[in-house]
Amino acid sequence: MPDGKQVILARMKTGRSGTVVRIEGGRGLVNRLSALGVRPGRRITKVGSMFMRGPVTIQLGSAQVAVGFGMANKIIVELD
Amino acid sequence: MLMGNPNVGKSVVFSRLTGVHVIASNYPGTTVSYTRGFMKVGEERAEVIDVPGTYTLEPTSEAEKIALRMLDTGDVVINVVDATNLERNLYLTLQLLEKNIPLVVALNIWDDTEHRGIHIDLDKLREFLGVPVIPTSAITGQGIKRLVASLSEANSPTTSPRSRDERWTAIGDIIDQVQHITHRHHTWLERLEDASVKPITGAIIALTVLGVTFLVVRFIGESLIGYVLDPLFNNVWAPVILKLSNLMGATGLFHGVLIGKIAGGEVNFVESFGLLTTGLYVPLAMVLPYIFSFYLVLGLLEDTGYLPRLAVLMDTIMHRLGLHGYAIIPSLLGLGCNVPAVLATRILESKRERFIAATLISIAVPCAALQAMIFGLVGGRGVQYVAIVYGSLFIVWIVLGVILNRLVRGFSPELLIEMPPYRLPPWRTVLQKLWMRVYGFLGEAIPIILGAVLAINILHLLGVFNAIANFTAPVVTGLLGLPREAVTAIVIGFLRKDLALGMLAPLALSAEQLVVGSVVLAMFFPCIATFVVLLRELGVVGILKAVGIMIVAALVVGGILNLIL
Repeated sequence: MPDGKQVILARMKTGRSGTVVRIEGGRGLVNRLSALGVRPGRRITKVGSMFMRGPVTIQLGSAQVAVGFGMANKIIVELD
Repeated sequence: MLMGNPNVGKSVVFSRLTGVHVIASNYPGTTVSYTRGFMKVGEERAEVIDVPGTYTLEPTSEAEKIALRMLDTGDVVINVVDATNLERNLYLTLQLLEKNIPLVVALNIWDDTEHRGIHIDLDKLREFLGVPVIPTSAITGQGIKRLVASLSEANSPTTSPRSRDERWTAIGDIIDQVQHITHRHHTWLERLEDASVKPITGAIIALTVLGVTFLVVRFIGESLIGYVLDPLFNNVWAPVILKLSNLMGATGLFHGVLIGKIAGGEVNFVESFGLLTTGLYVPLAMVLPYIFSFYLVLGLLEDTGYLPRLAVLMDTIMHRLGLHGYAIIPSLLGLGCNVPAVLATRILESKRERFIAATLISIAVPCAALQAMIFGLVGGRGVQYVAIVYGSLFIVWIVLGVILNRLVRGFSPELLIEMPPYRLPPWRTVLQKLWMRVYGFLGEAIPIILGAVLAINILHLLGVFNAIANFTAPVVTGLLGLPREAVTAIVIGFLRKDLALGMLAPLALSAEQLVVGSVVLAMFFPCIATFVVLLRELGVVGILKAVGIMIVAALVVGGILNLIL
């Protein structure tokens, strides 16, 4: 069961998994992310992040997606 | 018409259907324009169109807009779907169904599902979608015949438009019932995938990949020149030229145009500037070997799926230049040829990014042909001079990027890309791509080079170059420290930059002058082929700005190099 703890994707630890609960952005951002499968209810695992506010890479099912740091700041994840 | 998400193998399916070869790689956004071809369906000839990949019918980049425009012209859509990524791919499938266009689904990359532990119930999927679903593996050709046969069964079950959330709910239902995933262990390729996007291991991998790439390109290129082409020209072709020269009496107009200057009974293929000497030697023996080796290695790199990971690694740096990490892919393509590189900027989302990326490529990214000549001519004076040329261009790339980022209005969107899985490059697509690119070079470069050699000879005879040289002498000699005649090379650079650099060879330049000449030639003006695509991609205003920046930047950098060297 999820313990209900919510974090911002950008601050999540590498290797942890969780479920996307919301995206705090405008319609455009929500559309672009959901086109790639990043949307509320989706389980993700953080694969890695680059230094100096670089992109965050996440695993969704068998696909990997790289998300810019600013976007990763707007994705809220509920940890497992 | 082939539609589907990026990097699901549409271009490979297209090649299989039509026999027309298009460049296919393992990263999203390889195809930025459409290609038409024909196939046989029963007795009829049907037109097939390969379009850029798109995730949804709401476009976010120029390439996706092209895909959408094409959709309205199709009679039947083959929706190519990545079977290993069914959930996300189905979103576009549902949108296409809502458009009520006859549809067939090709469930591609089917051969990969088993070892990824993915099981898909085809019958149930057909039932849900109401259209034919054919498992295919385009790389091996499996399922393509069945796909063609199913085209006659393409249909459009009546579907009413849905909202985004309704579509995802529907997809959730389908996936629950159709797909079943079993757990399995990570393969070594997947471990490598993860390591590539972590800071420290990622940097080590990037440096290794780029270092090995550079060494292999040089090794293959130099070996081909040293062991194959130079012996061929010196031992086989040179005696033929000398005989011909004697037959023609070693002087005269035709001798000058065909063979050029010959001194001391030896043919200098670089400096003689005849059609049959320099006109053939430059494209075939100096440039072709590097074109071959560069595109062989690039093809391998493209098909492994590494490039998007390099984009992630470079993202922070690229943001300083007003771009995001994915712009590294067009820039790398530019090291082969600027033309496809400028076209590839279509994968970037905003007009601002495309302007910055295209301008930077045409100024600071030398194409393989020019690089081959830099290695051939400047490299002869010492490796350190080649390093100065590359170093200068790299600094220009960074500094100009930072300046453009400040000056061009607007902001750059953030990186958002899918990482393709690592694959061992299929030899068939690698060799096919290599052949297309080498053939493209031969078909385009040789006629232009021969034409340019002819033009150089005629203009010399007419004294036109002399007039230009007098006119531009203050800039060329005063600012750049080059001899007056070097301006002819800059003029010819508009046709072919490789040949233009070759024109500096007979001028007896010092190594420092050669460095200045190489950098100025690389930056000054795009070659005509690049000019045409820049005009098309940036528009008249855009290209005027870009060209203005180029000329100023080339003169400033050339002047600085002249001062400090």
